[in-house]
Amino acid sequence: MTEKVFTKENWIKALEGLAGTYRIFTPVKDGDFHNFKSLGEGKGPDFNFQNTRLSPKTLIYPQSERMFEYSLDENDSETNILKESPKDYSPQAIVGIRPCDAHAMRIVKLNFDNPEFRDPWWVQHFESTVLIGLGCNEPCSTCFCTSVGGGPFNEYALDIMLYDLGKTFLARGLTEKGEELLKKAEGGTPADSAAVKDAEILATAASNRINTSVPTDKLKEKVVNELFDASFWDDVAFACINCGTCTFLCPTCWCFDIQDEVLGKQGDRIRNWDSCMFPLFTLHGSGHNPRDQKLQRVRQRFMHKLKYYVDKYENGVQCSGCGRCVRHCPVNIDIRQVAEFMNNY
Amino acid sequence: MIEYAAVIRETARKLLQNGTVDVFIAYKKGSVPMTNEPALISDADKAEILYWDSTCGMNLCNYLTKRTDKIGIIANGCNSRNIVTHITENQIRRDQLYIVGIPCTGIIDHRAVQRTVGHKEILAFQEANETFTVSGDGFEETHDKKDFLRSNCAVCTHRNPVIYDEMAADPVTEQDGTDAYDDVKRIEGLEPEKKWGFFTRMIQRCLRCYGCRNACPLCYCPTCFVDESQPQWVGKSVDPVDTMTFHILRAYHCAGRCTDCGACERACPVGIPMRQFTKKLNKDALELFSWEAGLDPDQRPPLDLYRPDDYNDFIK
Repeated sequence: MTEKVFTKENWIKALEGLAGTYRIFTPVKDGDFHNFKSLGEGKGPDFNFQNTRLSPKTLIYPQSERMFEYSLDENDSETNILKESPKDYSPQAIVGIRPCDAHAMRIVKLNFDNPEFRDPWWVQHFESTVLIGLGCNEPCSTCFCTSVGGGPFNEYALDIMLYDLGKTFLARGLTEKGEELLKKAEGGTPADSAAVKDAEILATAASNRINTSVPTDKLKEKVVNELFDASFWDDVAFACINCGTCTFLCPTCWCFDIQDEVLGKQGDRIRNWDSCMFPLFTLHGSGHNPRDQKLQRVRQRFMHKLKYYVDKYENGVQCSGCGRCVRHCPVNIDIRQVAEFMNNY
Repeated sequence: MIEYAAVIRETARKLLQNGTVDVFIAYKKGSVPMTNEPALISDADKAEILYWDSTCGMNLCNYLTKRTDKIGIIANGCNSRNIVTHITENQIRRDQLYIVGIPCTGIIDHRAVQRTVGHKEILAFQEANETFTVSGDGFEETHDKKDFLRSNCAVCTHRNPVIYDEMAADPVTEQDGTDAYDDVKRIEGLEPEKKWGFFTRMIQRCLRCYGCRNACPLCYCPTCFVDESQPQWVGKSVDPVDTMTFHILRAYHCAGRCTDCGACERACPVGIPMRQFTKKLNKDALELFSWEAGLDPDQRPPLDLYRPDDYNDFIK
């Protein structure tokens, strides 16, 4: 296990040095918030953030991705043949991903990469990615990672963990992929025991700061149909405006829609993030919509995350506790409260 | 405005108890500072959960559409104008409503507050008179509300409700001397390419979550044009052309109807100032038709009305 200490300046230089081998993405301040951008884009890396507005899921699972392209020209020898669109699977590193967002990728992996189905694009993007986590010295008040199997310094799901020690970063290699990147990163010095100790103190202090506890222990034993028919959904759903903020900001929402777009005789088959909050999500070709009411859609989102996923995968809830939906829902529908309703029902 | 909270609770309790209304729509206090949750109660005993302060920035008229019961609702100036628009557009009947008027001194721009504390996490927000205090780990700041109003509220000239059954307090003084269209004029003055560049950059971050559309009480179509699939008018990807089509068409659908309540911008998770689209159309409605939306339930809006004496030749 490699443990190196970089001054913050040297860390940025190291990333610049790695840019020849990896496509590097870091948090960049963009107006009022941070989002992941490629190194050199915008104002440059800024690791002074609580969490990015959007999770980095888009780097593995783009919001819009061209799957196939085709020609509708009958004179073309390959007319009406779907051909896979070229995609970039060269190595990339997401630097500064929070442990909850990395955890979320493992939650999502169960859907895209399992014995039954293997989504070639998601899997290849995921496999070409090195996840360099940055532990959360100051978790938000809306964070509840510790309630859902994570933690502000949880190393699970990461290839490298960074500890922000003030003027320096301690980088710890956790997987082969991570070790390989660290070997190539220039300008660090081997960590001494004092730095490692400091890192441990940070991690413990951060865990203690998280005071939100969300109960999920009884979800598994609940009867699906009883939860489905529970009386609290009316109240939970009333305020919902059925926008896609929660689902699009969520690092564990994975649903997509497939669209064909044609210009002249050239067509593209594209997949786009979709949202169970939208009526169109479940509209059948017949015109029937099994979820044409708001309540049904709101219920679906929470039942999927907190009951169906729990039952299907036996891997806990489909939520990594990042708190984005809590902070950014325009009408303050709070998953922590809904989990409590469901768990205590 | 936090002092209205107690009045709202008391009024809701009274109206539910004496059967004037079946349900009452207001806010309850949110779990995150400066965010509150629209709430509906039908039980007078639940009135105690109701809440109001200067961060209640959504538009409750959104929750009235096509309801069939008797509804009590709170409404400040802009929300009341949307209720008028709803009545004019047959989305609700006046006799179904009992409106508790909120004389409004403006809603706080939560983003401006976050900016002023350097984006440190705000753990508590407390309002008192016309000031507010925000605090978090290692900081506490008190500010005058008037310096942190949302840009629509800063230039608002209809703070008092235009329609109500009772008021939660005495009317407040209306602002005058504000120039509501300062920003629009600046954009109007740009060269076409720069104008296009401005709007293109403005919507660059759009996620197509439709928060702006859904927060808007004007958007009540059973199926929005972006959700039509036969035919499909707009692409569903985040292609900038489709995103621009969505924003421009949405704005046009609001022409002569928008009350500049600001709910669209409040809802946006990535902070797009999409009122720059609708404000231009509000300005046109004012200049071409002397029209401000939602002021009078007996007036037909200019875009759904034909007059034989119209001054435009093309329509005669």
